[in-house]
Amino acid sequence: MSAKHAVLTGEHFMNGDVAAAEGGLAAGCTFFGGYPITPATEVAERMSERLPEVDGIYIQMEDEIASMCAILGAAWGGAKSMTSTSGPGFSLMMENLGLGFMTETPCVLVNVQRGGPSTGLPTLVGQQDIMQARWGSHGDYEVIALAPNSPQECFDLTIEAFNLSEQYRMPVLVMTDEVIGHMTEKVVIPPPEQIRLTPRRYTRRPPAEYVPFATGQDLVPEMIKFGEGYRVHITGLTHDERGYPVINATEQAKLVRRLVDKVRRNAERILRVEEDGTDGAEVVIVCYGITSRVAQMALELARRKRKRVGLMRLVTVWPFPEARIRELARQVRGFVVPEINLGQIVYEVERCAAGQARTLLVPHAGGDVHPPEAILRAIEEVLS
Amino acid sequence: MSPSRTDSATRNASPTAPPAAERTALRHPKDLLLREDRLPHIWCPTCGIGTCVASFIEAIAETGIPEEKFAVISGIGCTGRVAGYVKLDSFHTTHGRAIPYATGLHLAHPEMKVVVFSGDGDLVAIGGNHLIHAARRNLDITIICVNNFIYGMTGGQLAPTTPHTARTTTSPKGNWEYPFNVPHLVASCGATYVARWTSLHVRRMRQAMREAILKRGFSLVEIIAPCSTLYARKNRLGTGYDLMKFYHDNCEVRHGADTKELDIEFQQKIAVGKFVDVEKPTFLDRIGAGRKK
Ligand SMILES: Cc1ncc(C[n+]2csc(CCOP(=O)(O)OP(=O)(O)O)c2C)c(N)n1
Ligand code: SF4
Ligand SMILES: [Mg+2]
Repeated sequence: MSAKHAVLTGEHFMNGDVAAAEGGLAAGCTFFGGYPITPATEVAERMSERLPEVDGIYIQMEDEIASMCAILGAAWGGAKSMTSTSGPGFSLMMENLGLGFMTETPCVLVNVQRGGPSTGLPTLVGQQDIMQARWGSHGDYEVIALAPNSPQECFDLTIEAFNLSEQYRMPVLVMTDEVIGHMTEKVVIPPPEQIRLTPRRYTRRPPAEYVPFATGQDLVPEMIKFGEGYRVHITGLTHDERGYPVINATEQAKLVRRLVDKVRRNAERILRVEEDGTDGAEVVIVCYGITSRVAQMALELARRKRKRVGLMRLVTVWPFPEARIRELARQVRGFVVPEINLGQIVYEVERCAAGQARTLLVPHAGGDVHPPEAILRAIEEVLS
Repeated sequence: MSPSRTDSATRNASPTAPPAAERTALRHPKDLLLREDRLPHIWCPTCGIGTCVASFIEAIAETGIPEEKFAVISGIGCTGRVAGYVKLDSFHTTHGRAIPYATGLHLAHPEMKVVVFSGDGDLVAIGGNHLIHAARRNLDITIICVNNFIYGMTGGQLAPTTPHTARTTTSPKGNWEYPFNVPHLVASCGATYVARWTSLHVRRMRQAMREAILKRGFSLVEIIAPCSTLYARKNRLGTGYDLMKFYHDNCEVRHGADTKELDIEFQQKIAVGKFVDVEKPTFLDRIGAGRKK
């Protein structure tokens, strides 16, 4: 595969869905298994056109369950792999997303969020899957989820998602939304040599010395590719370092702890937030995705009224910036949390604020974005 | 000789047994493809799954393809545990999802021989949609479906392969549903190789598995096998041995039979044989052709 075809260096106008697909290709993705669903279809369409150009495989699977499984299988076959979906498809992927966490399989899932529940608003925006991203599959695990707020970031953060998935050996979620997915803006694609890629962490040990799930300090095991003589057994059952099923409380504690700790202990390294005027602010807006762009307008309106307001944008929604919110809670009067749902991330903010600062949700059921005035009113309420 | 093999030999050493090194030299060839450090296995006495695994291992050797090029993918169930006992790259996936997983692996790494080894419930009930689509696409993968007419792992419930009137824990008065005829199902979807044998027919089953593995295209071998503990007991059919005797007396070899005529009725004659063996471009052949345009 040549980097020349994979990376469309230059300035483009493209929507967020297409940009996410291009981000995947620039990251070296050579396998996409998906199922059409609005508003994520353009990711799959772009991949069906582009993957053959880089000798990759696009396959339209029979459903989203199959799509999720296929990208796991492709990863063990040595490919960087991804899928994309929305609402109902995201729900269908949950069981096998869990298999991805359990088997520590690197891959990327792009969820272009629409309004729900159920079939909900196929063509209109929502941010209602943010908690599902965190807790949607059964059992205990930690996730990494990135929330772009522009087509440019759909490109950049999809690459970042691939890098994180290789670094921590786990599926990584890109949680975009219908507005970002369908918004066309300038996207600058750098030359391949300027794109930093994390390679798969393949073992250098010979088969006789390789223990599939043994780890060092960073708790991330080394990987292999099927077909190279390692003869590994990979299972969704609780397993020991050899990968063999062991059904007891001791192995469960060891494995699940490690799966959780490999993210928790590295949370500060994974975390990315953007702050604007949070030092000395009396109110901080905590937001992510498309809502951060509306919040930016509210911020300007408030500043025009000489209010001391700051903004924190979660670029990674998960892991959540707990320590930073705790710190800010001691300095501000309150947090305003606009999200296109009736309250999800607000509970995280409230938990971390722990009564030290007021936390006010600006709910919005979905279908369009908040009016900036609604956010402004919440700011004024905190200050009154 | 891998270290684990010597370890297990040492662990099991008895005072009268020959030294480990000597015994390893006398190993049965089949053992080399089993994860001995995982034995004993979980299967019940006279369960038919073990025979299928034994034949499979011999079939692999007969193909002449290097063992490291094989991957065995299972779903969940008693048969689903096969992936955990073969000493090959293997993946024990989720219930019903072995085929889409195998699809991704095969397409990303076409040099591998990808074999899905799973149960009737796993492949035909919850995974039925994946089964028909994999056959339709003519993916170059092999499916080994152990059909024991029941959900073994969960304690003997109704499967979409349970014959009419057979009893299970969720059809206590007898099944009134129409079961799937598995060979017909996949043949009608475009499978290029379809055979059915029973766990009694070890030689035929091994030959069918070998042919299926070597087939370029979607191949399926259905093996009718006793679930001695649940299916046999619930239906008062005796032990696994009695079911093998039943297969002996009631199987009819009907190579090339019209797959429409392969329905299985409760304790009636079972048609076995090779029903489909045709050539057809595979999914990857057609992708290649599409790209040249
Ligand atoms: C999503 C899901 N649903 C249900 C189960 C429970 N379950 C495990 S195995 C099984 C049936 C297995 O039957 P079959 O595939 O025929 O295998 P056998 O045990 O008979 O070999 C079921 C229902 C599960 N593991 N996952
Ligand atoms: S329950 Fe049935 S299928 Fe499962 S191991 Fe026992 S005999 Fe075999
Ligand atoms: Mg069964």
